[in-house]
Amino acid sequence: MLNSQRFRKLLAQPERLTKELLLGDWLVVLASVLFILLLFKTLWSNEHAAKVQIRLGDKIYATYSLNQQRDVHVHGPIGSATISISQGKVRFSKSPCHNQYCVHQGWLTRAGQAAICLPNQISLELLGETKPYDSLNY
Amino acid sequence: MKPTQIQTTADDHRIAKLAAFAIALHMVEAVIPSPLPGVKPGIANIVTLYVLYQYGFKTAAWVSILRVFASSLLLGQFLSPTFLLSLSGAVLSLAVLWMGMRLPKKWFSPISLSILAAFAHIAGQLIIVRLWLIPHAGVSYLIPMFAVAALFFGLINGIVTNKLLKK
Repeated sequence: MLNSQRFRKLLAQPERLTKELLLGDWLVVLASVLFILLLFKTLWSNEHAAKVQIRLGDKIYATYSLNQQRDVHVHGPIGSATISISQGKVRFSKSPCHNQYCVHQGWLTRAGQAAICLPNQISLELLGETKPYDSLNY
Repeated sequence: MKPTQIQTTADDHRIAKLAAFAIALHMVEAVIPSPLPGVKPGIANIVTLYVLYQYGFKTAAWVSILRVFASSLLLGQFLSPTFLLSLSGAVLSLAVLWMGMRLPKKWFSPISLSILAAFAHIAGQLIIVRLWLIPHAGVSYLIPMFAVAALFFGLINGIVTNKLLKK
């Protein structure tokens, strides 16, 4: 088994740790770091959302501009949910579901954010001016 | 009637021993609480990688798959979503290891393979999550965090494996 004392010594001396990695390993690490930065940049966009897409089941129910003040009532399989749009943000304000996760999620503002109400099969997805990523699996 | 005897080879015994070791590590990990759901160090993968270098791909695949099945039975997760996540992660990381084996050994140590396998592992899990458990873009928010964990734990596991192999 691994000698823990030796391993601790290794961690205490970073210059010995770096000797462990070969040239190719450094390339892999570098590529991974770049890949992670790219992931952060594309998936954690700070872009403000412009539109909200409401889905009911597997179909797109409607798409609304966020630049307005209105309540939308959507009838899902277990009842009617209210979705409030208010000047650049959107939330579930009323839902017939038992756990109320969707309501507790609160206001959504940034592009790419989403709220899902699984029991009632309604979901919101915020869209930016340009959709920053098209989901991998569609 | 004569009872049938299952013939086992030395290979089978070795696979069983190594798999038992991987299962033990998996169990240890199962009781360690994780700061972010789904993020685990994956120390059982050290065994898979070690076996890959010592005994070849076939043995490593057996050990890895046996580990997934046996651990899920022991934890009572067999055929549950957790089991499926574990299996898809293991299968995809085996696929990546199979390709990674062909990288020139002169430049790429087990550390590279460990990092690549860790990324494959989360990719395999995320595919299941996205396709089946949460078929919605909301998951994509967590992907960067998972990727950071994969690089970190892949690197650590790789260094440990490297040390073990040099013994």
